[in-house]
Amino acid sequence: MKETRKEQIMKTALKLFAQKGFFNTTISDIAKEMGMSVGNMYNYFPSKESLAKELLIYSSKKFGDEIRKINEMNISSKEKIKKIVELYFKMAEEEPELVDYFMRVYLSNREIFDNGCEGMLCVSSFVTEIMIFLEEGVRKKELKNQDFFAAFGLFMGYIGGLVFLSKENILSKPLKDYIESVSENIYNALKA
Amino acid sequence: MRSKPKIIWIDAVGCNGCSHSFLNHPDISSFFENFKLLYHPILPTENFKIQKCDILIIEGALNKGKRLGYDIEKLIEELILHSKIIIALGTCAVYGGIFGEGVVFKHEKKKRDLNIINIPGCPIHPEWLMYVLNMIKNNKKIILDDYNRPIEIFTFTSHSGCSRNEYFEWKIDAEEFGTKEGCLFYYQGCQGPYTHSSCNRILWNEVNSKPRAGTPCFGCTEPNFPKQDLFKTETFMGIPANIPLGVGKRAYLTLSGIAKSLTNERLSKKLIEDCNEDK
Repeated sequence: MKETRKEQIMKTALKLFAQKGFFNTTISDIAKEMGMSVGNMYNYFPSKESLAKELLIYSSKKFGDEIRKINEMNISSKEKIKKIVELYFKMAEEEPELVDYFMRVYLSNREIFDNGCEGMLCVSSFVTEIMIFLEEGVRKKELKNQDFFAAFGLFMGYIGGLVFLSKENILSKPLKDYIESVSENIYNALKA
Repeated sequence: MRSKPKIIWIDAVGCNGCSHSFLNHPDISSFFENFKLLYHPILPTENFKIQKCDILIIEGALNKGKRLGYDIEKLIEELILHSKIIIALGTCAVYGGIFGEGVVFKHEKKKRDLNIINIPGCPIHPEWLMYVLNMIKNNKKIILDDYNRPIEIFTFTSHSGCSRNEYFEWKIDAEEFGTKEGCLFYYQGCQGPYTHSSCNRILWNEVNSKPRAGTPCFGCTEPNFPKQDLFKTETFMGIPANIPLGVGKRAYLTLSGIAKSLTNERLSKKLIEDCNEDK
């Protein structure tokens, strides 16, 4: 019961962060939107920082769980790349506040996450799945054996960049129209 | 056994390294006091003949060739029939190693059923054989694992007891060969976390082990020994191709990612500086 309530608070917080920005949103704004007292809110999250941290763990896990499903499919690395790109673009369209949070709050305000989210601590469920995807691709001789971060940066940086451009309304076509070519480019860059 | 157990020690295809290693046992004289060697390839014994013995020790791999005027494989089959207890000594006799096939195993594949005690190692640690012989002499039961290895010796990994464990915990690696500090698992090829042996629990020459001295564990007690590139960790996309025993890849990657993220300040820099420089 407490967990569902927590998730509701996180979803509300994400929505408000996307509307008003992270710094302009207070705990009392979130409580008000939830119809809760501020005191009660603190039972769930003792501070805005702890909420920020849990949101990161929550969104990373959500993304990680979906990639895990793809990892467990009996398909080639090339097909997996396309599925991951599809998944990411779909999340960016359907749950924009989640991706927004990741890009605009987490990546741009690392000082909020200094205490307890260092390195991979809060994003490990997502990074671990990408590791497994890349490792298995090399093991199956479908992908080139190279430095993990060189491959990770190419993959995530590229699709993150496209989502960013889409959010800035710079792309001429909808994101889904880029799935094919983006997946092809990633595969060509990573293939053995 | 009340009287001195009689031993025939036969060499198949190998280097006699296990014999030499065993002779370094600090209490080797007790071996000669408690056992009678009917034949040994490099020690003075009576002339070889096929005869009954309590313990047959086979050193070296099975392969084509002659020994003492017999075809090697036929000679060993004949000796097995005349022996109460059979010990395959060293990785060659156990799995085949570099030179051929083992007595019961051909690398990972089991060739046949035979009541045998396998002591792999390239070479074996002198204490491993002494332990087995003393257990036999004292009529004690030696519990074996699926590879017929004594569990007391081979249930642990050579990682157990390694003096570099502190660095392994925090994923802090020795980035070059020959340093006193840092773990050898990530770059230097160490196979300790997935190699069954007690090298870091029963030290060599009573003082040291490969990883303690800065050399990676080569995995010499394992069926697939020797692999290539022993001084380099095999990685796929920077991730070790072989991970510690008993843990799933997902769990291991999560754990190591977290350990790396939580920087250990003390171990992140060298503890001892300039110790090899002249005054």
